[in-house]
Amino acid sequence: MKDANPKLKFHDMRVGLEYEAKLVENLTRTQIVQYASGSGDFNPIHHDETFATKLAGYPSVFAHGMLTMGLTGKLLTDWLGDGVLRKFSVRFVKQVFPGDSLMAKGIVRELKDDGENGLVEIDLVTTNQRGEPVVTGSATAALPR
Amino acid sequence: MSDGYRFCVDRTGILLFSSALGETNPIYWDEEYAKKTPLGGVIAPPTFAVSSAHWDPNYALRGVRKIPAPPPKPAAAASAPVGQGGGGAGSGGGLNLTRILHGEQRFEYHKPVRPGMMLTVTNRAGKSWTKEGKKGGTMRFSESISEYRDEKGELMVTATSVGIVTEKAVQS
Repeated sequence: MKDANPKLKFHDMRVGLEYEAKLVENLTRTQIVQYASGSGDFNPIHHDETFATKLAGYPSVFAHGMLTMGLTGKLLTDWLGDGVLRKFSVRFVKQVFPGDSLMAKGIVRELKDDGENGLVEIDLVTTNQRGEPVVTGSATAALPR
Repeated sequence: MSDGYRFCVDRTGILLFSSALGETNPIYWDEEYAKKTPLGGVIAPPTFAVSSAHWDPNYALRGVRKIPAPPPKPAAAASAPVGQGGGGAGSGGGLNLTRILHGEQRFEYHKPVRPGMMLTVTNRAGKSWTKEGKKGGTMRFSESISEYRDEKGELMVTATSVGIVTEKAVQS
């Protein structure tokens, strides 16, 4: 496969197959600040406690949605390999706050033929320590036969 | 309207972004390891494209950085509404930062983003709609679509961000 380093082959996959991983334990404000710097998103709602609580009315600062998406992306690359993703989409359904711990799960929804590769359609959900979904989404990966 | 901006991809930028995700995958920084894989070198992680915000002259959430971004490449041709930044939630001047949310994010990958690439990022508005929310009052949704192209004009990544402006703060 060009431009990819898959960990699995298409025939390793079957509909309903699941992969689960812990993404982060006790998310720190430090990591949120580090993500602000890495991504360039310096919205004060993610690092300025006074802004987040007094002006915006949130219980505290909270993580960038894109931090949670990035962490969820780790599930995909750890499971399937590097350079294999064709699509990755999420919906941000709940804020992630400092101290939260996140788990993510991918489930194979569909397997498709794409000539030289097989396409794997995956449903994703990332949940917090209370089991509440914070991110839901889907991904498509191309795996060699 | 804008012809896009340039996004200089280097190993340091990829390292800093990957570190913030707590990454342990050496494909993002270890050139010796990466050379031995079929990828042949370091690549960027799947959500890295949003860090083009660092280079987006219209990005509203850049902190104190005032350095102007480099001028766009003449070859780039796409229209973008003023104030729409690449990737991040609710980019755009004059927004009330207490009332913007990132609703959705979608990526389409065409080729891996690699250090050394000078990407041109163009941005355009997509669909927009409104919805009555239970907690946030009337919510205005708007799509912002960014395309990332290499020096040859080849599409590497397409990123679609759905921003939400709410009437009031949406508490969890």
